[in-house]
Amino acid sequence: MPLVRGAIYAVIGFVIGAGISLGITSITGEDSTEPLIVLGYVFAVIGWLMGVGMWRTWGRGWFGKPTENNPGGGWERYIRFNTDHKVIGIQYVVIFVVVFLLAGLLAMLIRVELADAGQNVMTSTNFNTTMSLHGIMMIAVAVAIMMGGFANYVLPLIIGAEDVAFPRVNALSFWVVPPVVVLLLLSPLFGGFDTGWTAYPPLATQTPIGGLLFELAFLTFGISSILGGLNFIATIITQRAPGMTWGRLPIFAWAVLAASVISLTATQWVAYGMLMIIFERIFNMVFFSPPGGNALLYEHVFWFYSHPAVYIMILPAFGAELEIISHFARKPLFAYRWVVRAFGLIVFLSFLVWAHHLFTSGMGDELHGPFMVLTELISIPTGIVFLSALGTLWRSKIRLKVPLLFAVGVVFNFTIGGLTGIFLADVATDIALQDTYFVVAHFHYTIMGGEIFGAFAAGYYWFPKITGRMYNETLGRIHFALMFIFFNITFLAMFIPGTVGMNRRIAEYPPEFEFMNLVTTIASIGLGLAFVPWVYNMLNSWIRGPKAPDNPWDAKTLEWQTSSPPPLENFEEMPTVTGDAYGYGDESVVHSVFGRRKGSAHPPVPAEGD
Amino acid sequence: MTQHVPQFVNHRFNSLDINRLGLWLFLVSDASFFIALLSSRFFVVGTNTPEHVDQLLGLSLTILLLLSSLSAYKAEAAFEHGDIPGAKNMLLATIGMGILFVFGVGYEWHEAFKHFPPSTGFGTILFTLTGVHVTHVLTGVLTLGFVFFRIRNTTAIGDNQFAVEGAVKWWHFVDVAWVFIYPTLYLIR
Repeated sequence: MPLVRGAIYAVIGFVIGAGISLGITSITGEDSTEPLIVLGYVFAVIGWLMGVGMWRTWGRGWFGKPTENNPGGGWERYIRFNTDHKVIGIQYVVIFVVVFLLAGLLAMLIRVELADAGQNVMTSTNFNTTMSLHGIMMIAVAVAIMMGGFANYVLPLIIGAEDVAFPRVNALSFWVVPPVVVLLLLSPLFGGFDTGWTAYPPLATQTPIGGLLFELAFLTFGISSILGGLNFIATIITQRAPGMTWGRLPIFAWAVLAASVISLTATQWVAYGMLMIIFERIFNMVFFSPPGGNALLYEHVFWFYSHPAVYIMILPAFGAELEIISHFARKPLFAYRWVVRAFGLIVFLSFLVWAHHLFTSGMGDELHGPFMVLTELISIPTGIVFLSALGTLWRSKIRLKVPLLFAVGVVFNFTIGGLTGIFLADVATDIALQDTYFVVAHFHYTIMGGEIFGAFAAGYYWFPKITGRMYNETLGRIHFALMFIFFNITFLAMFIPGTVGMNRRIAEYPPEFEFMNLVTTIASIGLGLAFVPWVYNMLNSWIRGPKAPDNPWDAKTLEWQTSSPPPLENFEEMPTVTGDAYGYGDESVVHSVFGRRKGSAHPPVPAEGD
Repeated sequence: MTQHVPQFVNHRFNSLDINRLGLWLFLVSDASFFIALLSSRFFVVGTNTPEHVDQLLGLSLTILLLLSSLSAYKAEAAFEHGDIPGAKNMLLATIGMGILFVFGVGYEWHEAFKHFPPSTGFGTILFTLTGVHVTHVLTGVLTLGFVFFRIRNTTAIGDNQFAVEGAVKWWHFVDVAWVFIYPTLYLIR
């Protein structure tokens, strides 16, 4: 049992690390608790990785010993270190669906507490921990469900590859995720943390041990994100099927590439932010405390990652959305090249907008104007993505299936999310709206209404490919209707108290905000219940749904040209790409031909048509 | 829309190309970490450098690391010419200088505790920058040591090539990182 072995090795690792740390602190005579946890955790993660199979599949090779390659079939593949990108994709999706549901329950708890103005079910400290945990768990879901889950499963298929460029690194980037989840779930038992997911110092350096666990979890998750981004970039550059030129690359692959560039470079900054907090905690360093230190340093470093991070979340969702809209509208993707340029521009601009989170933090006034303009500029490339979606749908013969409903839901919700973002990018209005429920509503409209709706679209769209079975269309429609209606009531109702100044991150509030909060709470319970038909549909269809054909949507992209689910290494015969991926309505456009044997040299292929 | 007649053969990347690309991407990622590190120096202590900073030690460490990069390069060149004993000698020299560098930083920390402990602004920056960098040096020493024990004969160059090349390139990267850390930490007034 790799999981048991991993757990045992993790305990051994923790004991070793803690022992070393105790030895050092007994010499220096400093407080031993937090250094012990940090060093113990580092060794525990190494032990865990080795135990779950990294040693057998990878480590032995370093010493010239034979390695096992993905031993075990059936369900046991999913609970050990496995290098098949399809296994890893499913591992990611399953673990983050569980995290999503848990964090959703935390949101319910928050809403129950906020149903009326007074104190209901929690103390203020517990409320803060609940709200912080909900935040960081959902952030993890948002970062990883598209990039870790669906991109891992679909990207190699959609570009006609047998696997990612570095399959073992890919497995590594998944297997550091379980320690993250364990740490986050443990943190309430160790005093929790009341900083919010943003963990601003100096508060973050003074939280109980639970805060330290959160910081270690964030740091570990960063490693996963960096390695994942690295892998996708290398995969897209080197593993494309012959003939898959840049101009024929499906838009989902472009979106993953764009998001990967951000996760490769920007994630290092938040890693440094977390490292600074940990150093300040265990070595008494003074990054953030005067004299010398400056708490603004953290805000700069943190948002230099965390603003681009929202594009790590949303870009793959945009990619999936456009992919789905083109296949279900049966029309070529409108303005494909402009969308690719827009993705590039979003990546570029995403690095230049972080300071709009600091308008009220005491940052130099002369920086307000430039960051306001740069932030608002990002609406131009985002607008191109929306024009592409609408242009593709325009006068098309739409096949109104559940994936398309969710994709159109993204267009609707993100429009509201984007438009309300302007008020937060604008200095004059942001100073009034900062830290109110307006921000909460805006953020949920962009990430939940945009990315999570996109992830559900992707989930329904690729469900037949991943499981080999069809989901129930009616239940899917019920899920969409409930989720769409209650989502909009929940978060539209939040704008109103936000606009008149109700602060976020508070357990009690003035009674005049009570009515709108009650509306939000009732709608949010409906939103929570909307996931019941979804969970039932997914589980039931996966176990005993009708068998899915290889290509239930008549889509042209490569992942649909192999069996459902695809065999190990994806294709029985390797594809050669001969034309555009979205050539619907034009019989002469053939996206791919098969017939090349595995391992054979790449044949000459036609250049891009003109 | 018509298709062109075949014009080009899709370039197929071999595993060496892919490994090289992967390492370069990792270097880009790690470099952005160092940029964050370096920028924090200016945020926390501006351009102030205390009098007690040991300039001679800083210069010696820099020269040591630059020399080790030269020997690392020599090791790679010797390996590519099939000269395994020569490569091993040069690797050993590199590892030796790497370890010496670590001891040098250890001495610097010993001195730094007297003048600017981690609880001061400059101490915070000095210990973080050198600490993160020396961790990189240690990984480099370990990797080079690994390569030292693993390369046996020239017949298996194909298998070993990236091991040698990757370890040496990593060492160069660690070196370049120091080239930026040195002026940021010692020379700025």
